[in-house]
This record gives sequence, structure tokens and C-alpha cells, in this order.
Amino acid sequence: MLLEGKSVFGGIAIGRLSVYNKKEHQVKRSKVADAAAEIARFTTARETAKEQLAGLYEKAVKEVGEAGAMIFEVHQMMLDDLDYVESVTNMIGTQQVNAEFAVATTGDNFSSMFAAMDDDYMRERAADVKDISNRVISILLGAESGALSGEEPVILLADDLAPSETVQLDKSRVLSFVTRLGSTNSHTAILARTMNIPALIGIDFAEDVDGKLGIVDGYTGTLIVEPDETTLADYREKKAAEEEKKRLLQELKGKENITLDGKKINLYANIGGVADVAGALANDAGGIGLFRSEFLYLESNDYPTEEAQFAAYKTVAENMAGKKVIIRTLDIGADKQVDYFGMEKEENPAMGYRAIRICLDRTEIFKTQLRAIYRASYYGTISIMFPMIISVAEVKRIKEIIAEVKAELSKQGIPYKDCEIGIMIETPAAVMISDLLAKEVDFFSVGTNDLTQYTLAIDRQNPKLDAIYDSHHEAILRMLRLVVENGHKENCWVGICGELGADTSLTETFLQMGVDELSVAPSMILKVREAIRNSRAE
Amino acid sequence: MKEFKYVIKDEQGIHARPAGLFIKEAAAFPCSITIAKNGKEVDAKRIFGVMGLGVKCGEEIVLKADGEREEEAIEKLSAFLEANL
Repeated sequence: MLLEGKSVFGGIAIGRLSVYNKKEHQVKRSKVADAAAEIARFTTARETAKEQLAGLYEKAVKEVGEAGAMIFEVHQMMLDDLDYVESVTNMIGTQQVNAEFAVATTGDNFSSMFAAMDDDYMRERAADVKDISNRVISILLGAESGALSGEEPVILLADDLAPSETVQLDKSRVLSFVTRLGSTNSHTAILARTMNIPALIGIDFAEDVDGKLGIVDGYTGTLIVEPDETTLADYREKKAAEEEKKRLLQELKGKENITLDGKKINLYANIGGVADVAGALANDAGGIGLFRSEFLYLESNDYPTEEAQFAAYKTVAENMAGKKVIIRTLDIGADKQVDYFGMEKEENPAMGYRAIRICLDRTEIFKTQLRAIYRASYYGTISIMFPMIISVAEVKRIKEIIAEVKAELSKQGIPYKDCEIGIMIETPAAVMISDLLAKEVDFFSVGTNDLTQYTLAIDRQNPKLDAIYDSHHEAILRMLRLVVENGHKENCWVGICGELGADTSLTETFLQMGVDELSVAPSMILKVREAIRNSRAE
Repeated sequence: MKEFKYVIKDEQGIHARPAGLFIKEAAAFPCSITIAKNGKEVDAKRIFGVMGLGVKCGEEIVLKADGEREEEAIEKLSAFLEANL
């Protein structure tokens, strides 16, 4: 069963559901003979309540900080409020009623005053008044408050939870809060955010869910009651990944990418669009090692203009604030098709008219992109790399076109910086002549996916071949070693931006080969950093 | 009797936390202290009264102190308002 509500804090929780049983006291009106003694009972109960609140305040200061704890000081003040106290004592004195009834009635009156106010915030304070009144009544009745029984941590479900209720909970036993009512600014929501646990509001659950297994998905705002095996397994996996991520962030954010024996390497992020920059930065990327520029072409219905491209590249360069951004020029064809390019159907697109081959054939498209990149280079540190290179002649031709673009910009007085120029090493040809190519460029970035496909002659798109597709094939590792050696001879740095770069079982091997940079998906950065920090380069 | 007028600048108005702190400050003085909004006057030492005024951002309140140490009270409380609300 799936219940939809609203998330106030993301995350995933899996556990037993426990419906919070509010002690709604049945307060009966009864006549007392000795009003003075009844007032004394109230006074004692009020003092006890204030002591409890003082204790809760201390506890809350430790758990959520002074600002969050202030509510308990306000509660104490409310109990000290003369209007409130006088209302209770007058009622006992003049009507000869029991203290419980007088407190309940006073509490109702004051809380309806707040409930009638034309301000959301003040309306929510009605709950505070009820809360303090219930506390006094509990003490008068000698009732115990509390909610959680048993030992197992649970997903706690309630109508809403008052601050005094949440602070009394044993937090180590709460996996998530789920409430029927409440707002994104309610105490429960604030507490959940402070505790870093998922929380949902507006979930209309049935009372009989108590004790059943449930999943809280704080990303989609849903509660799943009694999930089936597949869903459960799926969420267990998500949860494990989430915990791993949290741990990595805690342990590794801000740390250097340095091996046990002191070698540092660059760890960059692969991104596919402007929106991915946030994820790269959140995961501590040292730069962007592969900015796939295809998205600009795939997302539009016509050739993207120089201005549109310039805006995207500039945004990324600026957001990375001086850190390196390596833009890969247009890499379409093969599995990435764009209608308006009007390309013919090919028998073998992976080996067909694609990437740099299109750019060197239709130079007007290529030049537009290069102009946009060079213009953006002024706003950060941009490097450019070219895909699918098989010959030195291609690189020379690219450099001619770059020289033309730069000359035009200079002539027009448009500012740009010189960019590092690199190539993708993703064809066996490029590997074999990497000694020659290294003389022409500043860096190599190995695209292991295509390189493996071409080297092993295995079509990546054919699932029948998955079993023999060996990404650790000795041929690939030897090629990598050769590329690094040839690159370094010509002062050309060498990185890996294919999926293999994120394969932590090879991180130490790469370091020992002398690889200078790894560029991986943002979510893999910290995992790879951990592997680097546990490796030896010698 | 001393008086002080003030327009609330805090976006949330006089909400529970500053109201609590304000009342603590006010309760420290022996003189009678009141807060009024639109002619409705309440005891500044009582939290339900102060919160019950429902003072919002941009609204004007009038603070009055009458009796022993009234001057000091206005000085202290006006400084509190300026700093917190």
C-alpha cells in the first residue's frame, strides 16, 4: 500500500511502523469540597510541570541547540502567565471544580484564542497551550507520558507531535517521523531536519498499520506499508547506498586525493550539463574532467547558437570558480543521434560518421562551438578536448581551425584565454601513435568505454556479448600503460574519464601506472578518493 | 510614566521566542509595563497577552512603563526591541 504526502526532509527509512498513542486524558468535571486544597494541588502540579520543562530545555539544548530549545522556556513562561494561573485558580475557587477540569477548560479557552488569530504561526501556537495544559493534567492524574515501547527502532506515526513529546522521545529509536497534520515548519519537521532523518507530513494512515513493516521515502514523499519483496530489496539497496554516501561525505569531504606514500592526483567529475555542477561541487570535485557538450545539441530542435553555448560554458566555468573545466567538443553519431543533423542511416554507426569526423567535415558547426568555448574561457579555467581521434593530421587540422577562431576573436576585440588542448584516447589507433600525438597536445584523456569496444571488437549495445566484455582485459591495461608512458615523455598529462576510472578495484593499478587524473561521476568521487587514500603509488 | 513607540521589523512579527525573551526582560522591573497595538493594551509581563496581540511585521506598538525604575525599563526594553524585533 502506497500513501502519498509531502516530504519535509529527504532520506530513506525502513522499519516497523509505530503509531504514537497520545494520552488524551478523559477529564471529568467533579465538585470539590476544599477549594483551597485543590488550588494547592494545582500549584504543586504546575511546579512539577515547570521542573519537567526545565529538564526538557536542558535536554533540547544538547540535542537541537539553544534556539530550538527556547520553546520549552516559552512553555515555562506560559505556565507562569498570571492570566492563565488566575483563570485556573478562579475557576476552582468560584465553581468548586477539580483542578484537572479547570486546567483543561482554561487550556481550551487560551488555545482557541490562538486558533482564532489571523496568522498561521500564531494558530500553530494553540498546540503549545494544549501541550502545557496536558502536561499539568497528566501530573494531576498521576499518568505517565511516553510513547515508544520495545527496543527496535521504529518509524513513528502520529497526528502531529508537540515539542514536549518529541523531546521526550528516545531519538536513537526513531528512524523517521510521519504525521497526518503538521506543516513544513512544525516542530516535528524542524526536529527531523536537525536529526537528519526523513520525515513526511500529510500522510493519512490508518490506525491498523501499527506494527507493520514500512518504508519512508523522503525523496518522493511516500510511505509504503507492507512492501513486497522486490520493493523492499530495492529500497534496502538505496538505503545502503545513501548510508555509504553519508559516511564518505563525513570522512572524506575536504580531504586530499593523496596515496599512502604521498602521491597526489587530480580527481574530477564527469558532467552532462549545467545542472550537474552542483552535484560535482557537493561531492568535492577538484574540477570537471569531462563536460559532455552533446546535451546542448540533444536538447534542442536546431543547431544551438553560439550565444546559447557560450552561456552554458560560461556558467559552468564561473560556478567552478577557477577550477579546471574540460569541455569535450561535440560527440554525436553512433548511439547519440540528432534529427536536425540529417545524418544517413549507417550499417555500423560506432565506426561511422561521428564526433570529430562530423566536426572536421562540417567546420561551420565546429567553429561555432569553438568560438563559444573560447569566449567562455575568459571566465574561468577551460580546457578543450576532442573525441575519436585516429591521426596526427586530425589534430593538426583542429589546431588550424582553433587558430582561425582565435584570430577572428582577436580581430573583433572579444576577450579569451589560451586553453589547454587535449584529445580523447578511445581508438586503438590513437593508443599506438600516442607518442606522436603527445607532441601535439597538452593532455590525453582515455575514454575506456569506446576503447574497450574497439579493442575487443565487442559492440557495447549488444547484450548477448556482455559475458565476454571484460573491462579489465589485459589488452586495455597494457594500452593504458603505453599511453601514460608516451604521454609523460612529451610532458603531456594523462587522465581517464571512462567508466573504468571509477572502478576502485583498479585505482591502485592506475596510480602505479602514473595516471595523473581520474574523472568520474560526481557520486563516485568520494569513493574513489577513499581508494586513492588507501593505495600506494610505488 | 514613560513611553516608547516602535515599528516591528522582524518578518515573523512578535513570535514565541522573542516574546519569551522580552517578557523575561520586562519581568525584571518592578514598575508596571504594558504593550499596546491599535489601542488594545496588555501586560508586558504576561506571555499570553503579548503573543495574543498578534503583532506582525510593520505594525506599531506602544510600550509604556509606570512606576519605580520606569526610565531604566524603557531604555532597556526599547534597546531589546531594536536589537531583536
